[in-house]
Amino acid sequence: MSELSKEKLLVLYKNMLTARRFDERIREMITKGTYVMYHSGIGQEAIPIGVGANLRKDDFLVPYLRGWGYQIAKGVGLNKMLAELVGKKTGLAGGKGGTHLADFELGVLGKTGIVGAGPPVAVGAGLTAKMKGKNQVCVVFFGDGASNTGNFHESLNLASVWKLPVIFVCENNRYALSTPAKVSTSVEDIADRARGHNMPGISVDGNDVIAVYEAAREAVERARKGQGPTLLECKTYRWMGHSGITLDLEVGYRTKEEIEQWMERCPIKRFRGWLMERGYLTEGEDKRIEEEVKKQIDEAVRFMESSPYPTRGELERDIYFEEGGET
Amino acid sequence: MSVRQISYADAIREALREEMIRDRDVFLLGEDIRHRGAFGLTKGLADEFGEERVRNTPISESGFIGAALGAALTGLRPVAELMFCDLILCSMDSVANEAAKWNYMVGGGRRIPLTIRVGATGMSRGAGCHHSQSLQATFIHYPGLRIAVPSTPYDAKGLLKTSIRGSDPVLFFEHKMLYPAKGPVPEAEYTIPFGVADVKHEGKDVTIVAVSWMVQKSLAAAEELAKAGISAEVIDPRTLAPLDKRRLIDSVKKTGRLVTVEEGCKTGGVGAEIAAIITDEAFDHLDAPIKRVANPDLLVPYAPENERLIIPDTPDIVRAVKEIV
Repeated sequence: MSELSKEKLLVLYKNMLTARRFDERIREMITKGTYVMYHSGIGQEAIPIGVGANLRKDDFLVPYLRGWGYQIAKGVGLNKMLAELVGKKTGLAGGKGGTHLADFELGVLGKTGIVGAGPPVAVGAGLTAKMKGKNQVCVVFFGDGASNTGNFHESLNLASVWKLPVIFVCENNRYALSTPAKVSTSVEDIADRARGHNMPGISVDGNDVIAVYEAAREAVERARKGQGPTLLECKTYRWMGHSGITLDLEVGYRTKEEIEQWMERCPIKRFRGWLMERGYLTEGEDKRIEEEVKKQIDEAVRFMESSPYPTRGELERDIYFEEGGET
Repeated sequence: MSVRQISYADAIREALREEMIRDRDVFLLGEDIRHRGAFGLTKGLADEFGEERVRNTPISESGFIGAALGAALTGLRPVAELMFCDLILCSMDSVANEAAKWNYMVGGGRRIPLTIRVGATGMSRGAGCHHSQSLQATFIHYPGLRIAVPSTPYDAKGLLKTSIRGSDPVLFFEHKMLYPAKGPVPEAEYTIPFGVADVKHEGKDVTIVAVSWMVQKSLAAAEELAKAGISAEVIDPRTLAPLDKRRLIDSVKKTGRLVTVEEGCKTGGVGAEIAAIITDEAFDHLDAPIKRVANPDLLVPYAPENERLIIPDTPDIVRAVKEIV
């Protein structure tokens, strides 16, 4: 079982809760008329948080489109994230990038809006890690849909032949938008695809943060030892629709019953129970953590609301690198 | 002392070698580059610098160009080779959606020192539809990319060094017919800035703006025209992004006439863009319609005997000039 200290377990819990509440607050803001390009990560928080807890500050991370746990796990502040998600000048990318949300100081390279385009970039970061010899790793997150792209297979092959310190994390939430994996994906366990690229393929319960943490720990250790890449599949489920604030019931690809079954397996509720059973968390502490999270999010909302949108002149900048503006 | 003459291919190899010596972060990746590369451009480099820095890739254009981007984002200076111009289409997402946009999407301030050598561009080897295209114009439509189109060994070396030392993704188009072409290249260190067109031949009656191999064809045309008493100015933009609009406009102001010459398709071509710029910004100085010499929107036929019929050639350029002078 886990060798995690109480302190670290509570960080995991707080980070998962932050990802959940941040996501919910964004949904609430959208219902009130604020524009955010929203791909909810609710239900999948254990994966970015559990994997991310194994990373050093100087490790690289290429996020998945769903939710904001990747940045939270790496320590990116909510203020600049929320401001960016709304398109404000004070955001991580000055309001120009939106959900890409990079923070190079923390090794977060930014996500791409093209499904499957993250893994090649992660391979390049892994190459830098290897060639510079600083013992860093790169982890990239993507969905089951991305595992059908050529980029995914090209990247696994490259990482394998070059023995790069890259951890490919597939969040298998069973649907690529409305297309079920069973009609689009040739394998039941996406981890099986690792075999074709001669690397370990591990499949874990993606709603069990400890299981995710442990599996990622082993993969990160292997990578740091120079033993090459791993494909880690985390089986999970997205509660919300693909994008937007509904459950997508109107789209017709899944039932309310199915969603409710998965809500029962909520990764946060489960972890809270686990922590309480073992005496790591009390009702009182839980309440305090909730309050801390709420305070941070309230502060982020205030920061975002008081921030201006960029000017046309500012939007015209940064198409090419500008001297003096390094990040 | 006369300047030594070396080939365009050797000039490129020299630039790669010198930059690899100069900066440990520079490394090469591409298909078959370990031994020599399909056109011999990387010959000897793996022996000198090792296989870590001269990295053979699998046939994965999308994957390895994306990986080159990732390496550039995290502190290395990759120089990727695409064996043929046509193959850039296999890596289109990595080039046009990712590399071109990444700095903007993260709010700027991110150096992306990624050089993509777009190898063996153009016709004349009889290679047919999939190994003969000139796709430069496709990429002027994507802000965020810089585009070099050298036509001489001197320009190739200087521009490649600037690309490798730069901070933006560069598409460096090499023409397959220029690889063996020799020209003066000084031994001493030099670089050539982007966005500075070069007047390859001065003239006063007509401006010919030509791209890549077509510069050589246009210089031959200028000689022909001189015999007929027509003084043609041949300008090589050298980079299409950024484009040295000022120098093109100034030349047209002087000559009053413009012919563009490129090997790519006419519709939506480089010539179309230059003609539009001149119409917008120097219309009053034009004394005649603008003429475009280009591939007339045909697909490239197989075998040199067939291909020859569609490659824009010196007589086509002479004819176009005579129509407006």
